[in-house]
Formats: sequence, structure tokens, C-alpha cells
Amino acid sequence: MGESIRTSNFEILAREDFSDVTYSLVIHHPLMARAAQPGQFVIVMSHAEGERIPLTIADFDRAKGTVTLVIQAVGKTTKEMQQTCRVGARLYGLVGPMGMPSPLGHAKKVVCVGGGLGVAPVYPQARGFKENGAYVIGVLGFRNKKLIFWEDKFRACCDELILCTDDGSAGMKGFVSDGIKRAIAGHPDIDEVVAIGPPVMMKACAEVTRPHAIKTVVSLNPIMVDGTGMCGGCRVKIGDQVKFACVDGPDFDGHEVDFNDLMMRLRRYAEEEKAAMARWSENCRMRQDIGAVAPGPATVPDPSLGLLELPDPFDEVQGG
Amino acid sequence: MAKKRTIRTIPQQRTPMREQPAQERVKNFAEVACGYSVAEAQRESERCLLCPDQPCVRGCPVGIDIPGFIRKLGEKDVRGAYDVLTDTNLLPAICGRVCPQENQCEGVCTVGDTLEPVAIGRLERWVGDTAIAEGWTKIPYIEPNEFKIGIVGSGPAGVACAADMAKAGCDVTVYEAFHQPGGVLRYGIPDFRLPNEVIDAEVNNLTKLGVKFECNTLVGRLFTIEQMIGEMGFDAVFIGTGAGYPSMLGIPGDSLNGVLSANELLTRCNLMRAKEFPSYDTPLPLGKRVAVIGAGNTAMDAMRVSLRLGAEKVYCIYRRTEAECPARTEELHHAQQEGIEFHWLTNPVEVLDDGKGNVRAMRCIRMELGEPDDSGRRRPLPVAGSEFEFATDQIVFAIGTNANPIIGQTSKLKLNKRGYIEADENFATSMAGVFAGGDIVTGSATVIEAMGAGRKAARSMKQFLRIRDPGTVCASEAAASSLFGIDLRERNFVRIRAA
Repeated sequence: MGESIRTSNFEILAREDFSDVTYSLVIHHPLMARAAQPGQFVIVMSHAEGERIPLTIADFDRAKGTVTLVIQAVGKTTKEMQQTCRVGARLYGLVGPMGMPSPLGHAKKVVCVGGGLGVAPVYPQARGFKENGAYVIGVLGFRNKKLIFWEDKFRACCDELILCTDDGSAGMKGFVSDGIKRAIAGHPDIDEVVAIGPPVMMKACAEVTRPHAIKTVVSLNPIMVDGTGMCGGCRVKIGDQVKFACVDGPDFDGHEVDFNDLMMRLRRYAEEEKAAMARWSENCRMRQDIGAVAPGPATVPDPSLGLLELPDPFDEVQGG
Repeated sequence: MAKKRTIRTIPQQRTPMREQPAQERVKNFAEVACGYSVAEAQRESERCLLCPDQPCVRGCPVGIDIPGFIRKLGEKDVRGAYDVLTDTNLLPAICGRVCPQENQCEGVCTVGDTLEPVAIGRLERWVGDTAIAEGWTKIPYIEPNEFKIGIVGSGPAGVACAADMAKAGCDVTVYEAFHQPGGVLRYGIPDFRLPNEVIDAEVNNLTKLGVKFECNTLVGRLFTIEQMIGEMGFDAVFIGTGAGYPSMLGIPGDSLNGVLSANELLTRCNLMRAKEFPSYDTPLPLGKRVAVIGAGNTAMDAMRVSLRLGAEKVYCIYRRTEAECPARTEELHHAQQEGIEFHWLTNPVEVLDDGKGNVRAMRCIRMELGEPDDSGRRRPLPVAGSEFEFATDQIVFAIGTNANPIIGQTSKLKLNKRGYIEADENFATSMAGVFAGGDIVTGSATVIEAMGAGRKAARSMKQFLRIRDPGTVCASEAAASSLFGIDLRERNFVRIRAA
């Protein structure tokens, strides 16, 4: 194809590995950095044969012209990206910002909840609320101390930070839903809760706030292909309506979302994903055996993380 | 040229085009219709009477000089035929394949009054394919002007508009949200009807005209239409983003796994190459018994793709009868030959699950035709008490599309109440310098109608920018040897700016 068909010009400027499975990529895209708003997402294609995976924008820096994505290596594509997305490499495709920006509104006191990888995409919202003058309470949940990331970034924009770990190795022992309960107990005047994380977590958060009638916004990340409203794969049930997460969302009223429907639909490609993963791992092993490719970072997740049991919003099972 | 042709002297039978046998082609994605040989094209070109009335030119949405290119074929001047075709249509290999010629040029062909009409589409395709094989391109001399044109969407409307504006000397940039250009030609139309290589070749021709394609660019979100006209310095913008927002079934169970839109099925298969999974990463697990709801061209594509992906049974479920089926006759015939099972006067009312979130069956109801509705077709009405269960493990809905909402969400452009962009007869929108055409204005239509809209919008844009371009004058004017004092026979698209 001709020179003037530009598809791959998205250079990775920086990378940070938070753990064996979680990493961030800082990508050069000045136009996107300028346009991005909290709550929006991108679709990434790491190579020409790859699938399109939706990832929520975890940070953007208009001055530096960069957007940041935080990725958890759970499936074939994200593990492959963990190996190939080095500083200086370029992504084949990166499109966005997509979706409706989160309305930051005039809330005076908000709780921003991030569970696991959901910590990353809730950051722009926490920062946005802070810039709008709100009192921001951050509730961050991780499985254990080892997996914590961006605590410093949240400390910088939150008036209060409640850190939760499943095993109690840092902060309070418990889930983010327990963290929300603590926040509500301390602050009777919370206007809004924003919760991002795996569907089960967001569902639990919505149930905590429902009796208090606190507005709860969740960010849904169903299976997508195009991200522009064209395929309908990302349709979600909101109350009695069908919405497309890509163009009507991804933010929705957590009290209205049919999470069971969402979780059922997220399992659609489970078998194919498992097969792709197995095939890819086998290929990696063979390549490592013959020494053709230097072994990358750990390709097999720590089983104690139990990643496969939890449907994660960033698992590219839902991708492409 | 030898003696004058008459309806009696021309070959009486339309030259058939070789096709892959149905049993074989359902196992591959290669083209169904193999195209003409040189001799076949020659023979078919002799069927044209070169009549002075030229109803075919009027029947063509873009006004191709059809007798002109067929005359060149008769003279064995294929390159000449290509040049005539590409005067008006830069994408002959695509249009020859996907235009509904039976309703357009061939539908009004003089020969068709008595015999079968001249196979204009097949001839056009043959010329286009020959050009691709020979590496011909037509890069006219273009005198650049200072105008910068932005095109939103690289589908048929966008590329047609881009080609005309580039030929007029403008600096044209086409924005595409996907990672490859082509829009519905790429994601929607399957390889066995329009191979990706043909799209690549035709898009490449546009880049040689100087058109720039910027993929991975979601206009509206990355930047807005207002920004394009404002800070980005575009003198005019054309929006051809298509309809492409699938209508939902709206029946209980339609969110079950195994229910998907034809758009999703086709995009996964065509653009994302799911048919080559796992070499390509995008999966498309398909059921054994696939039921496609709807009977338009998209439905036919979805059915035939499903067969090729290995479905054991593919059903077409349509609430009206074969007579009202909106698909092209040829597509319907191909689908029938390939063993699609048609269930006319049948409508789904509920999708039934297997207890694990997957489709097990659907409940359907029989329909009967009542009084004509707004579309002039007889309205299908349910027959009380006729419900029955239909076993299927995959349901694909192809029941039409709605306006894509992104441009509407992000600009102040005036929309109609159904969300489509409002444009006048000159394709001008409510915003000065912004034009729109194709499905985003009219709702779902055909590729060639979108291309026609793109070209007519280009004509309006040129008027708006005060560019005079003989390349845009209508066919009857083009028959004159000069216009505005410019020798048209040179076909070099010299133009003068109006004072």
C-alpha cells in the first residue's frame, strides 16, 4: 500500500512493569492526548494479524502529547504485548479516544473506586473531579501488597485514600466494597461513586451504594470489535434498554446495569481464547527451546493471583 | 467498425460468466464469479448496439459513458476503455462487482427490451481487473490548487468524493476509523464478492492521485468537524460515515451468546480475518445451524459467509416472501444454489437459551401478507396461534441499520429526527463548507448510490470553492469537445478557477 496510508505511527515512549502481569505503556499520540477526557477508551491492535482490544485510557498528558494504557497480561494478546511492546516499538493500530467522556458534573464529594486493574482508568476521573474542586475519596483494591501501583498518583489527587487488599498485606483487609462502606460511614454527604474494575466488583459496589441512593457510575468494558457503534457486540442492558457501550457509554448508572447479562456475554469467546492462549504458549516454549527469541518476562502468571477465575474487564477474551 | 449492428445481428445470448460450482465454492472464500476471458468480453461487447439514446448512461448513478467504453472494447482497445471508464469512475473493478446493474444501466438497456441486456457490469469488471493485472493507473495531469479537503470515512461515498476532489487539484485527506481503508467495502462485503486485493488496488490508485488516507482516526472524537473547518484549516469537509449502527431484534433472549449482528459477523470475518483464526487473533466461533434474520444483501452475505466458515445448515428467516426480498437477484440465486434454506413468511419472536447463556432455538411465528404499507410492499402480519420452535444455535440479525451517532454526538450539525445528517439537494449540511452524503444522509442504500452521492457532493464542493472542473460536467456536456475553452479531448483535467 502507498506511503500515504498511515496506520502505524504510535510509538511507545515508556513502559513500567508494576508486577509480573501488569504493565503500563506510554504512547506518543499528541492529538489523542489533546482530545482525551476521563472515562474514554481506545482500541489497540498490536500487530497486523492481531485483534482489536478495548483499553480504557489510564492517563493522558496534553503537554507531553502522550496517553498511558495499563494492561494486565491475561490472554494471548496481552501476554504477547507484554513481550513485544518495548520502548521504541510501535503499535500497529491505536484509535480513540472513544466513548462518551465521563460527566464530571458538579459533585462536591465523590468516591473514586478502582479494583485491580480498574485502578488505572479511574485515575483520570479522580484527577478530573479534583480539578473541578470536588472532595475526592479514593478507594483502591488489590489482591495483595505486591500488586499495588499508582498509590502515589492517587495520593496526589485524593483528599483521602482508602487502600484495601484481599489478604490485608497493605491497608485495610477486605474488598473495595468494604472500602466504600467505610467511606460512606465517614461521610454522609457523598454525591457520587465512580467504580471501575471487574464486573463482579462493580456489581458489589453498586449494591453497597443502592440502599444509600448514592449515584454510582460504572465503566463497562464488554467485548468489542470496532468501538464505533458498528457491530453491536458491546450491547449491554441498562434498565429496560439496550445500549452500546462503545458509543452510548462506557459509563452507565451502576444501579441500572444488568451485570449478569454482561458477565454472561463476556464468556462468549472463552473457549477460543483458551485455545489461542494454549497455542501461543506452546509456540513460545518452542521458540525458547530453540533459542530463537530471548525469553520475555514471565509468561505464566503466578497461579496464586487466580486471574482466570475472575472475569476481568481488560481480559482480551472480550477483544477483537 | 464493420456493418451497423442491429438487434438481429448481435449475439442473441448474453455471454455467461464462469462461476465456481456451488459445492466447491462453499468451501472457500475465492470469488464466486470468475470474470470474463478476453474472448468472452469481446463477444459481450459486440452485443451493445451503441444506440444514440444511451439510456444506460442515464441509468448510471455516476453517469459513466457506457457506450463509449464498450465501443473501445469493440476496437480491442482495452486501455482506451479503461480511460473512458475512469473518466467518470475511478473504481471500475469494485463497481463492476457490487453495483445492482439490473436496476440501473442494465435495467434500461435498449437491447434488454428484446433480448437479455448487455452485461455492462461484467464488462466494467473485466476492464477494471485487466487494469489491475496490467498495473494501469490513470494519473491525469493535475494542477494543484490551494484548497484542503477533509473526507470523513473511506467507504464508497468518501473515496468517490476524494477522487473527484483530488482530480480537481485539491489536497485531500481521507480519515478512517478502522486500521485499513475501504469502509463497508472492506468490512462488509465478503472476499467471494469483492476480494480485498481489489480494494487495495483501487485505494492505491487514489493515493497515486495524491489522496492521503489516515487510518485509526475517529473523527468526532479525535477531533471534531468544527475543528476541521476551523483550526485544522480544511476549506471543505465531506462526511460519509455510513449508517452502520445495527438495528436490534428487540425480542426476549436477543442478548444470548450466539446472537450477533450481521455487521459483527462480517467485520470479524472480512476485516479481522477471523476465517484465518488462529493465524489471525480474532475469533468467530460459529454454530452448526445458523439462522440469519432478514433477506437483504447483507443477510445474503452473512449466510454465505456462515456456510464457508463451516456451518452445517444455514437458514434465511424472512417475514415477507421471496417477491419482497430486497437482495439483488444474483445474490439470492447464489445463496439458493449454495444450499441456503429459505423460510419465507416467518418471524422470530423469542430466542431460547440452553441454560448456559447460549442459543438453543428460537420461537417463530408464521406471517401472512396484508395491505401494502408505506414502502408499497404488502405488510406482513402474524398468523395467530402459529408459533413454533426452530432449532438453531446461532442467530445473525441483518434487519437494517440506523445512523451512526458519533458525528451527531460531537458536532452541532443539524440531524433529522432519526439521527441522520440533514443535507440539502446539493449535499450541503447546516454548517458552511460541510457536506454529507451516502448512508449517513439517506439511511441504508447501496455502494453505488453512496458513490454517486460522494461524487455529486464533490460537484457541490467545487461550486462552493468556485473551482471549475470539466471532469464534473454531466455526460451530455462532456460529449462536446471543449468547454470553457478547454480542450476536453486531452482529458487532462486542466481547470480554471472562476474569477
